[in-house]
Amino acid sequence: MADVTMRVWRGDEDGGTFTEYVMPAVEGEVVLDVIHRIQAGPAPDLACRWNCKAGKCGSCSAEINGLPKLMCMTRMDVLPEGEPVVVAPMRTFPIIRDLVTDVAFNYTMARQVPPFKPREPEADGTYRMQQIDIERGQEFRKCIECFMCQDVCHVIRDHEENKASYAGPRMFIRFMELESHPLDTDDRRELLRERMGLGMCNITKCCTEVCPEHIKITDNAIIPLKERVVDASYDPVAWLGRKILRRTKRSALEAALDAPGQHTPTRQEQPTRPVVSATDHS
Amino acid sequence: MMSRQSPAVRRSPMDGVDDRAGAKCQGWPRAPRDLEEDYERVSTTLQDLKPVPVELGGVRGGPDVRTLRRDGWWRSPAATVAFLTVVVVYATWAVFQNSHFFVGAASHRDLISPLYSPCITANCYGTVTGGWHISWWKISPGLLALTIPGGFRATCYYYRKAYYRGFWQSPPGCAVSDGHSRYTGETRFPLILQNLHRYFFVLALVFNVVLTIDAVMAFRLPGDGGIGVSVGTLVLVANATLLWLYSASCHACRHLCGGQVNEFSKHPIRYRLWKLTTPLNARHMQIAWASLALVAFADLYVRLVASGVFSDPKIF
Ligand code: SF4
Ligand code: SF4
Ligand code: FES
Ligand code: FES
Repeated sequence: MADVTMRVWRGDEDGGTFTEYVMPAVEGEVVLDVIHRIQAGPAPDLACRWNCKAGKCGSCSAEINGLPKLMCMTRMDVLPEGEPVVVAPMRTFPIIRDLVTDVAFNYTMARQVPPFKPREPEADGTYRMQQIDIERGQEFRKCIECFMCQDVCHVIRDHEENKASYAGPRMFIRFMELESHPLDTDDRRELLRERMGLGMCNITKCCTEVCPEHIKITDNAIIPLKERVVDASYDPVAWLGRKILRRTKRSALEAALDAPGQHTPTRQEQPTRPVVSATDHS
Repeated sequence: MMSRQSPAVRRSPMDGVDDRAGAKCQGWPRAPRDLEEDYERVSTTLQDLKPVPVELGGVRGGPDVRTLRRDGWWRSPAATVAFLTVVVVYATWAVFQNSHFFVGAASHRDLISPLYSPCITANCYGTVTGGWHISWWKISPGLLALTIPGGFRATCYYYRKAYYRGFWQSPPGCAVSDGHSRYTGETRFPLILQNLHRYFFVLALVFNVVLTIDAVMAFRLPGDGGIGVSVGTLVLVANATLLWLYSASCHACRHLCGGQVNEFSKHPIRYRLWKLTTPLNARHMQIAWASLALVAFADLYVRLVASGVFSDPKIF
């Protein structure tokens, strides 16, 4: 078989460039296999994250020919033949080295999701749910936390400043799972509107396009959440209904106070954070 | 950290275990207090809370280019722009014509352009009399009839995606940077008004009823009042059908049918409705395009028949 040209981004905080590696093509390989052969051959110091090689751990996210993809699930033979395969790190997150990025932003946001708050158990001390009550949320449990949806989302990809108040599509599916849970009693809608940036998403669906688990993030989580926020904040008829029925709504503050890690330590406050030392590529 | 509780007291299995990631749970960060006297104050609104510290401005990897994609990502936004432009320009031209939107006694069927229905202004009917009309509306009746369907489509979740990508380039394609220095999404005026979509949905249902009546009327034979079918009949029936499908597949419809319910087993009817709309909702994009194209085509068809370019062929 012919050779394949891999154009891999090499670099760290101090900058970087694409380096070309010409490798013999092997039938049936995925991009990660070739990256491993580059590590085993011309570039032993090439950094990449991987774990399962089965599309289930969500570690090997990278941008292949410009689109976020799992390296372990992207077959070489589906990429255009005769052209170099461009492999770059995820763009939205700070670089650590080569193909490895610091995805801490996503954990910062995850810690601010007010957790499941079940109602009182039934008299016998248990809960009863039916499959139809819970199946909407099961779709979201498929998430492997590859963070490619967060990476592709233009709200933070193109506008760094929005990161301060934007949970992102991965966290929106978590919110939807909790909000639509039959046992949950929390109301996170005001928090979503005020602090989590649900209104920043303009439903352009890139998150859905890149999700390797084919979760319908926009249709089944973000738009339903937007509609729920309309119920809570923008719909005068629903507001009137609540007034008449005297239903009260928890404030965003109350919901926010339920989150386990509301204060996320910054890098300065975390002196023990492991520092990846820069490597000289010359 | 060891607990000083006596062994007799039952301890939680997490007792003594630090918060995850080694971070101490310190509570939601409060706004900095300037004054000592303020010490007792407890924040009560979200605005009083200081933003969660997210480290911004980290160095990003990869090259500083607009996109690394080499596939034809620009094709789909370009097609969207082309198609939407054609339809919008045509519809604008058509509603300002104020003529040839109605095939009446001169033709063998009663057809009306969907762009001009419901025909509720006096100047719409022309020679036809009877019923209730708005007499003060002097400009084209199409402009009045188009407000609600126009608003319904403009605030539709699918069309929003289409024009944000195609016209506003925000983003033009996935992993292609948008060309704007600032971005506030749908949080400010005027885009915050997109949240009113459900009202347009409800009002558009009234229009669907009217256009269905129009389609039924198109079965009427002139003069003797018999029933027959022409190509025009089929066009109006298809148009009304697609309009219903478009409404039924709407995201606001799905939400109002059952999406807002958390415990489906307690609301079997709403669950059934939700189950019915969900597969339609998955095809909302296709239905939206088909219906838009057919509205424009139906107007064109009626217009050509009304202006005598050809006569509406009778099928039986
Ligand atoms: S649909 Fe919303 S969350 Fe998903 S990528 Fe687009 S803007 Fe981001
Ligand atoms: S939702 Fe999909 S794209 Fe996003 S992190 Fe989960 S698996 Fe990855
Ligand atoms: S290595 Fe686990 S998802 Fe690719
Ligand atoms: S009509 Fe498209 S989402 Fe409502």
